[in-house]
Amino acid sequence: MSLRRLLAISRKEVFQVLRDSRSLLIVLLMPLMLMTTLGYGVNLDTKHIRVFALDEEGSQASQDLLKRFQSSDYFDLVATVTDYRALAAALDDGRCQLAIVIPFDFSARLHDGRPVNIQALVDGSDNNTAELAIGYAQGVLASYGAVVQAEYLVKSNAPSVNPALSVEARTWFNEDLESKNFIVPGVAAIVMAVVGVLLTSLTVAREWERGTMEQLISTPVTSLEIIVGKLLPYFALGMFDTIMCAAIAVFWFQVPFRGSLIALSIGSGIYLVAILGLGFWISVATKNQLAASQIGLVTAFLPSFLLSGFTFPIDQMPLGVQPFTYLIAARYYIVILKSVFLRGTGLSFLAGPIIALIIYASLMVFLAKRSFHKSLA
Amino acid sequence: MIERLHQILIKEFIHLFRDKHARFSLMVPPLLQMLIFGYAASYEVNRVSTAVLDNDHSQESREFLERFSASNRFQVHEVLQSEAQIPYLLDHRRVAMVLQIQPGFAELLRKGQTAPVQVVLDGTDSNTALIAVGYINQIADRFAQDYQLQLADRLKPSLATFAPNIQLQERPWYNPNLESRWFFVPGVIGTLVLVSVMTLTAFAVVREREIGTLEQLMVTPISPAELIVGKTLPFLIVGLANVVFVAILGSLWFEVPFRGNIFVLLLGTTLFLSSALGVGLLISTLCQTQQQAFAISFFYISPAIMLSGFGYPITSMPTALQYFTNLDPLRFYLIVLRGTFIKGVGLDVLWPEMVAMAILGTGMLTLATLRFHKTLD
Repeated sequence: MSLRRLLAISRKEVFQVLRDSRSLLIVLLMPLMLMTTLGYGVNLDTKHIRVFALDEEGSQASQDLLKRFQSSDYFDLVATVTDYRALAAALDDGRCQLAIVIPFDFSARLHDGRPVNIQALVDGSDNNTAELAIGYAQGVLASYGAVVQAEYLVKSNAPSVNPALSVEARTWFNEDLESKNFIVPGVAAIVMAVVGVLLTSLTVAREWERGTMEQLISTPVTSLEIIVGKLLPYFALGMFDTIMCAAIAVFWFQVPFRGSLIALSIGSGIYLVAILGLGFWISVATKNQLAASQIGLVTAFLPSFLLSGFTFPIDQMPLGVQPFTYLIAARYYIVILKSVFLRGTGLSFLAGPIIALIIYASLMVFLAKRSFHKSLA
Repeated sequence: MIERLHQILIKEFIHLFRDKHARFSLMVPPLLQMLIFGYAASYEVNRVSTAVLDNDHSQESREFLERFSASNRFQVHEVLQSEAQIPYLLDHRRVAMVLQIQPGFAELLRKGQTAPVQVVLDGTDSNTALIAVGYINQIADRFAQDYQLQLADRLKPSLATFAPNIQLQERPWYNPNLESRWFFVPGVIGTLVLVSVMTLTAFAVVREREIGTLEQLMVTPISPAELIVGKTLPFLIVGLANVVFVAILGSLWFEVPFRGNIFVLLLGTTLFLSSALGVGLLISTLCQTQQQAFAISFFYISPAIMLSGFGYPITSMPTALQYFTNLDPLRFYLIVLRGTFIKGVGLDVLWPEMVAMAILGTGMLTLATLRFHKTLD
């Protein structure tokens, strides 16, 4: 491997990048765009669920219960209707997500100690919101039930005992449980997957499409020099994007940064090599820009979004899917990112994911080199 | 004119089906997206890995902790002996939460006072942590209520039988088992039709420009309007076929029901595709190379998906961003998709979305045509 030849290839690639100012601008704006859409747009903390109520009784007790829904942060009591059909229509066209039906014998049953069922019709077409709505509604009923029970015991002259539990939750790493702290650190992995795989695969594939790759090959440069030389400028771009991501996260979104900068740099560098290697491999294997971009989308962007633990926790996936997540480089990088930002753990804690990334990166470079050799023959 | 249009259509179709990369990008990414989303995407919180530390060793504390082992929301992995073990477990992501019961728990309860339960949570995944806190509170409320009854029963046996008892009887509509798949699969149809149709359109035009065949087309008697229609119509047809194909896959493989009217869905798809084609065409007028086309498409695709309500609820976004989502045709298309698949509603409910998509589609196509004319001159 000759440094002179390698740098010559890099220089050519840098010129190509600089001359295409539109692509360059996009690469530089990518972190900003993804950071803002994801940082602001992703908020899984559902509040203000739209509620319709059908109060068949209209008594003091049923009004009290509905008031509890109204005063909860999680619910917006939009309307009280008088018949069931209005509820069905509201669910159909999405005016309400939860419909509460209080039975006509609500207070009589409460009084006699017979079980009371409050019907909750939930719009299951968004199952996540539905699940949360049910949970919150159960919470409202539980606290209402506790009050009614206490009143009942007082009225019945029971010895006044009121045992209760108070849950004191202390949250570590993300004290206020903010969605942005959960989402924003991981965005760097997505940005790099896009920049790394998509743009490399496209430039390399373009050289094949145009036939300029053959020209390169006919020069004395070796295949490893071509790979490393071509990837170096993109490595620099990727690292620049990582720094931008980190800066936006810390200074704009105020995500805490508790770990070591060294751990972040090492992790990012190795992840970038893995991703660039994958991109190179795809483009050598396809030699076509359209195919390279589509395969890049499927093998890099989507899995790093979905299978890496970025928003969907891995341990919640079906057991059959979980093993596949080990094949995704972003999985390891996301662990590093979240640890460095929120947990503040150092290098020694991150040995596992870093070693995994090193293995991944070497494998990708090896595969890229091998398929490059083959396509020369 | 019809004849010339006909010829362009034939040319485009031959192009599309002879190109194995285009064929690939129409078939494989949709399939993979569908599989990944169908299996991996879920916000449900089950089996939260938990450690317990019981410093009270009373019957009460054991009964309380047993309710956690019995719930499938939690999975008790570790029984701790001392508080010193907690940092290690959380730092190394062995457990996501620790339940801690202090000495004196049972005594406080027996005296009818409030007993604290301490929970230490890993907040890195704020969504899981928030939902877990909700479940913990529910279990604690129920436990306290049951305990109060037991206590009252011991002191005055006649009381307990008449104690009020309120239950939530939840009935999820449209998706009785609240399966994530039913939410995500129709959404995937929307995103992948957007991605494939938009990028194919943009690439098709840009490639002709890159190769120089666009100039050749322009010297023929074909008018720009005919060229645009001829370039976009095939993708409209392909897009419609794609929706039908994926919809069949979704209902047969993932068993997501299709309850509505297929013609309503096809009408919605056509209206949606008009804006997807418009955006694709618009992008093609902004680019010289396929690489730029891809980068710019990505700039459109990711916010379009993020702000559509595909995975992240629109109602939880900041208000300014919520208004912005009205410019996103995918947002309306997803309502149509979920409406026809899961809810089984028809035009009487979905007409506002149809109108919105028609307006956005006309706007996009007009804008694209105007710019396209300009770039031809």
